[in-house]
Amino acid sequence: METRELICIGCPLGCNLTVTIDGSEVNVTGNTCQRGADYGKKEVTDPTRILTASVKINGGVVARLPVKTSRDIKKGMIMEIMEKVHACSVEAPVHIGDVIIKDICGSGADLISARDVDRV
Amino acid sequence: MKTDVLIIGGGVVGCSVARFLSFYDIKVMLVDKEEDVCSGTSKANSAIVHAGFDASFGSLKQKFNIAGSKMMEELSKELDFPYKRNGSMVLCKYKEDEPQLRKVYENGIKGGVEGLKLLTADEARAIEPGLTDELYMALLAESGAIVCPFGLTIAMAENAAANGAEFIMDCKVEDIIKQEDGYLVKTGKGDILTRVVVNAAGVYADAIHNMVSDNKLHITARKGEYKLMDKEAGDHVSHTIFLLPGKMGKGVLVSPTVHGNLLAGPTADDVDDKEETATHAGSLEELTAKASDLVKDIPFYNTITSFSGLRAHEEGGDFVVGECDDAAGFFDAAGIESPGLTAAPAIGEYLAAKIAEYLGAGQKDNLIRKRRAIPSPSEMSPDERAEYIRSNPSYGAIVCRCEGISEGEIREAIRRKPGAVSMDGVKRRVRAGMGRCQAGFCTPRTMEILAEELGIDMTSVCKNRKGSELIKAE
Amino acid sequence: MENREIVIIGGGPAGLAAAAAARQNGAEDILILERDRFLGGILNQCIHNGFGLHTFKEELTGPEYAARYISQVREQNIECRLNTMVLDLSADRVVTCMSRDRGIETIKAGAVILAMGCRERPRGALNIPGYRPAGIYTAGTAQRLMNIEGYLVGRKVVILGSGDIGLIMARRMTLEGARVLAVAELMPYSGGLRRNIVQCLEDYDIPLLLSHTVTDIKGKERVEGIEISEVDAASKPIPGTEKFYEADTLLLSCGLLPENELTRAMGAQICPATKGPAVTDSLETTIPGVFACGNVLHVHDLVDYVSEEAAHAGRSAALYIKRSSASQHRTVPVVTFGGVRYTVPQSIDTLEMDDKLTVRFRVGSVIKDKKLCLYYDDDKVSSVNKRVMAPGEMEQIVIKKDSFNGRDDIKEIRLGIED
Repeated sequence: METRELICIGCPLGCNLTVTIDGSEVNVTGNTCQRGADYGKKEVTDPTRILTASVKINGGVVARLPVKTSRDIKKGMIMEIMEKVHACSVEAPVHIGDVIIKDICGSGADLISARDVDRV
Repeated sequence: MKTDVLIIGGGVVGCSVARFLSFYDIKVMLVDKEEDVCSGTSKANSAIVHAGFDASFGSLKQKFNIAGSKMMEELSKELDFPYKRNGSMVLCKYKEDEPQLRKVYENGIKGGVEGLKLLTADEARAIEPGLTDELYMALLAESGAIVCPFGLTIAMAENAAANGAEFIMDCKVEDIIKQEDGYLVKTGKGDILTRVVVNAAGVYADAIHNMVSDNKLHITARKGEYKLMDKEAGDHVSHTIFLLPGKMGKGVLVSPTVHGNLLAGPTADDVDDKEETATHAGSLEELTAKASDLVKDIPFYNTITSFSGLRAHEEGGDFVVGECDDAAGFFDAAGIESPGLTAAPAIGEYLAAKIAEYLGAGQKDNLIRKRRAIPSPSEMSPDERAEYIRSNPSYGAIVCRCEGISEGEIREAIRRKPGAVSMDGVKRRVRAGMGRCQAGFCTPRTMEILAEELGIDMTSVCKNRKGSELIKAE
Repeated sequence: MENREIVIIGGGPAGLAAAAAARQNGAEDILILERDRFLGGILNQCIHNGFGLHTFKEELTGPEYAARYISQVREQNIECRLNTMVLDLSADRVVTCMSRDRGIETIKAGAVILAMGCRERPRGALNIPGYRPAGIYTAGTAQRLMNIEGYLVGRKVVILGSGDIGLIMARRMTLEGARVLAVAELMPYSGGLRRNIVQCLEDYDIPLLLSHTVTDIKGKERVEGIEISEVDAASKPIPGTEKFYEADTLLLSCGLLPENELTRAMGAQICPATKGPAVTDSLETTIPGVFACGNVLHVHDLVDYVSEEAAHAGRSAALYIKRSSASQHRTVPVVTFGGVRYTVPQSIDTLEMDDKLTVRFRVGSVIKDKKLCLYYDDDKVSSVNKRVMAPGEMEQIVIKKDSFNGRDDIKEIRLGIED
């Protein structure tokens, strides 16, 4: 049996979690909500993150468009996805929630716009 | 390139010489190794117009100090830079030092300093309540004043440029070779043939001088560190407060600045490296302690920046001003340490006259004596300001929140001749980034404006000289 | 002179939430003055996620969180003037502002809500010795250049201070290709949220050096190196512990300061602990009809709490402009002890207060397994066990109006920590 001490990143409370792993059995204590239990389990089996970044936007009132993954992605894929993000540029206007790259790197998540950017 | 006079160094002395020389019917050129004028000693000092009581009797320091001090107010009107006669005070803390204070007083009287008064401790406290409890007597110098050193230097440069003087920046002098009539000056931007050289190279004036003369100069860079406090602390004292000069020079002073901040410093440490402008924890602690010896409860918690400057201390201890004995047409303005800022206008006027005489040049018919500062709407009356912004809308768009500086002012700072080409250049001209947030908010916008006006990429915008790009390239 | 019911200074998260709430509480005529070219304030550059869990029960990025409030304000037809800088605010609520398009204007306001936010503590205020080359940025300035303008300011980075913006920027710059060599924190604990230590530093193997500070900056043109030393219990660097990092950039994330220049000039009383105006339970400053909320009042850790507080200020302002006659007051100061550094509000009108009031506070050092105690004069009225409280995280306690029933002579409300 393995025990790991984690800090939950589910919300700003940052609860101290104790996760015990016994074969396929994973137990989380110290959480104050279901989100914490989910995070604890995931973190020791298949850690994921929401990725936020920005891409170049042409013809917009700002130079950068903030973007995020529509759902959490495998932690190990972050740098691979960032390469795609760096190579990406879009044309204004863009609306909040617009899909910029569908199923980015086969992660199952879309890269979506996090801001309305009007055309100049 | 060819000129009648080449001035080496765009500090306050070089710009002063350029200004007064530009009144004559000759070609004047000024070179500096930095990207802008006012980039060395002139940008980091006490910003004081010394009354002139402490330089020793008969010295060039005293002569040019007193003359410069007398010129400054008129000049501030002619060239439109911030100047305020706030008076200075020398504190004598102990009875046994009274003879020393009286000596300073008499030295001033002998030299012709006006408005000197000896005060009892109570009289001193009546006009400056924050003084230390441990006070025996004080000397009040009513003619002591404060000035904006950037304002003074840049105003003189602009006035010189308006009269046709040419400014070449990023131009380092590598060698000077005597010619039959004049000098060949080798620089990073090519050779310049000139009849007269003016050496106003600050801490490097010895190197420049020694290129042509066998009577060697030796200049030590003497570093002074300062702390500048928020405008909230600006009225902590109204006079410039000194301690009675001792072996260690004038020591630390506490003074308001013309822009309403409070300044404490400088320390005095000789350094080997003439670019060594780092601040040190020990020195900052020392200046905090020394300043607290003069004035009670200085709000050091309100410090917005600390900085250091290098004074050019010549071995002989006095200014070296005039034509070099063994190099005709080579004029020195070397060893210009304190009271150099005060003395600069007098040195400029004096050298310009000497050089004109040497060249047999007369004054121009259409010379421009006046220069107007960049309009500063925040200093106008509400009605004036409203009216000004109606016709100049970019002066209504604030970029630097802390100092209330608009886009219009920043653009004008870049467009003037010689204009700002760096963040520091903008800051020295219009104070954008000089306030309490120290450019936290205005940096991105100021960079953009610089890039637009200069036609360069954002990644090429520099803090000051080349190599100080704000965006680090891959 | 223009007349408006409510003028709100600042169109960031606080100003927007205050405006929306003021409208919901019956104010018709509201004007927001914003100095930037967009509404949303600092949220526009906070492109990371973690906002809104409390308010919207979902995790949003900064721009998305701002967009929710911007839509509300638009739907409510609340007028906003962008690129408009407030130059002066007088105690009789005359606002002088300026913009490129409209020049200088004066507006007489029935009520004013201060929502100007805060600024970062710069290098100079930290007295870091060394050179003054390019490459020294506050974390927020680097964040703006990165996320709004698209420029990565440096390649090899040291961060001083473990405030949240610094932690977020450690991750952000890493993702953009920079190497973050270390985060040094003067205190023995982090100044930022624990979740950010995990997801911004640990995820990317960035070392966090607690009880360390920058003791030298090398480089004359551009930063060439940063020296970090360990500090003792009195925060003094320990000689011999110097470590040198070959870095081209130093980011500073060493605390935020409420921007209260207008507040001070107006003559409002400033609380020395928060550096924001002292306020009553309605978030009214000592100047009648002038309210404050968000980071100008005290520095928050979560924008959700800013919105909540701002909505309270908006409602108070809406009630203020409708109130015709003076009502009865019984204003009781809130005093802190035993490690509670401050409270907001600093006083409570026990007659006029809402039924339930959230009092926010911060502690001065890390506190473990202690009790948070509330006293009305000498009576202990509540005692709550606290496992851990840290200076980086804002705490709150709810006080009910009916708890003051029968306490007509109360002199003091005391909040503090006991064993």
